[in-house]
Amino acid sequence: MAKAKETVSRTLIVALVLSIVFSVVVSTAAVMLKPAQIQNQNLDIKTNILSSAGMLPQGSSAQEIEELFERFEVRLVDLDTGEYVEPSVVGVKDPMKYDMYKAASDPELSTDIPSSEDKAGIKRRPNIAKVYTMSEDGKVTRVVLPIHGYGLWSTLYGFISLEGDLNTVEGLGFYAHAETPGLGGEVDNPRWKKQWVGKEVYDGELTEPQIRLVKGGVSADAADKEHKVDALSGATLTSRGVQQLVNYWMSDRGYAPFLQKLREGEV
Amino acid sequence: MADASAKQVLFEPIFSNNPIALQILGICSALAVTTSMNVTIVMCLAVISVTAFSNLAVSLVRSQIPGSIRIIVQMTIIASLVIVVDQILKAYAYEISKQLSVFVGLIITNCIVMGRAEGFAMKNGPWLSFLDGIGNGLGYSVLLLFVAFFRELLGAGSLFGVSLMPTVNEGGWYIPNGLLLLPPSAFFIIGLAIWGLRTWKPEQVEDADYKMSRHTAKEAF
Repeated sequence: MAKAKETVSRTLIVALVLSIVFSVVVSTAAVMLKPAQIQNQNLDIKTNILSSAGMLPQGSSAQEIEELFERFEVRLVDLDTGEYVEPSVVGVKDPMKYDMYKAASDPELSTDIPSSEDKAGIKRRPNIAKVYTMSEDGKVTRVVLPIHGYGLWSTLYGFISLEGDLNTVEGLGFYAHAETPGLGGEVDNPRWKKQWVGKEVYDGELTEPQIRLVKGGVSADAADKEHKVDALSGATLTSRGVQQLVNYWMSDRGYAPFLQKLREGEV
Repeated sequence: MADASAKQVLFEPIFSNNPIALQILGICSALAVTTSMNVTIVMCLAVISVTAFSNLAVSLVRSQIPGSIRIIVQMTIIASLVIVVDQILKAYAYEISKQLSVFVGLIITNCIVMGRAEGFAMKNGPWLSFLDGIGNGLGYSVLLLFVAFFRELLGAGSLFGVSLMPTVNEGGWYIPNGLLLLPPSAFFIIGLAIWGLRTWKPEQVEDADYKMSRHTAKEAF
């Protein structure tokens, strides 16, 4: 081996050339693949919304997902007043671009939840939520609401979908969590999720959600069976987390004011 | 290594000199990405392409690399390739890249890639180095797929996402072994695989580090 290649100038040149060549390679790949990646991410969000709402048939193509999602109207809601707000309030043009989970860590766009009220274990709540509504002849027939809260190991992120009466559950699902596989992870089990269909969130009092996850299954003649869902076996804390977070988001600190306004046709 | 033939270089790492089973490298990702076969296959393809192309690139420039910065040059090449692979996965296999999450990025730290670049590609020609990369990638893949096969079959009752033994939660009869879905179970499976491999190829058994001497001390009464 010639000693010539060990000189300082030689080392610098090799380092420089190598850095330039590989930065070009990396940035070319990043720039060229960007459109496909953004499309994937958007499609992923839409898939999550549709499948959590139980509206997505197995093996749907990208085009079918887009078509199904077209039927939804994306709106931003002020959680305190329950009224729709313009996207410009949060500084975006397209409501789809608003990220309520990012907003939850922005002091301007979120509020602290006192620990006595923080049933979902999320510490801060965004002031403005992104909701998805489907209407027919000016009447809302379906509304999909994002929900999240702490389970055993992780924050579960999902959606709950309500029918036109804004009380009956049409579907519930989580798209991101890190609960124990096989135990708490069974929140993803389609058979478990199916139980939620037809359950009723409220009972008379429209700000007090009544959802309970109970042990041992819900028999056909159980009292209040329209509010009860069989808990996950071997996952007491995840089940409790799910119960708490659903009830938190459906209470007057969550979507209840909005749902009330929607029922009265005020928004 | 003038005597290394292409065939040897390609196939030796699969059983005779397996990077996981003999050299015990790359264990981290073997624990993390082996819960289902689909994810494992994509991870294996990613590792094979990174080891192959990083070996090729390192070998091509090996006579130009000054010794003082050779490790960082190898790291730059490997890191760039890993980023490219990650970007491609995000663009064309989004679902699986979400499940692989950070582990694609962590291929950079996979000792197999670095080990082959430093140990083989710095001393051999581009073609042989490329084959060596593929061979070691395959060796890694064989073990990963072996682990994933048992973890998915016994942990979730399915293979490639197709349910073979319907689990109790889905209304079937099979009570899945939850341990197999958790990372530590891969240790057991890898251990058993190494045991099996060394029984089949006894020359891989390492010499004992020390020998117990005979017990000679007289007990006092």
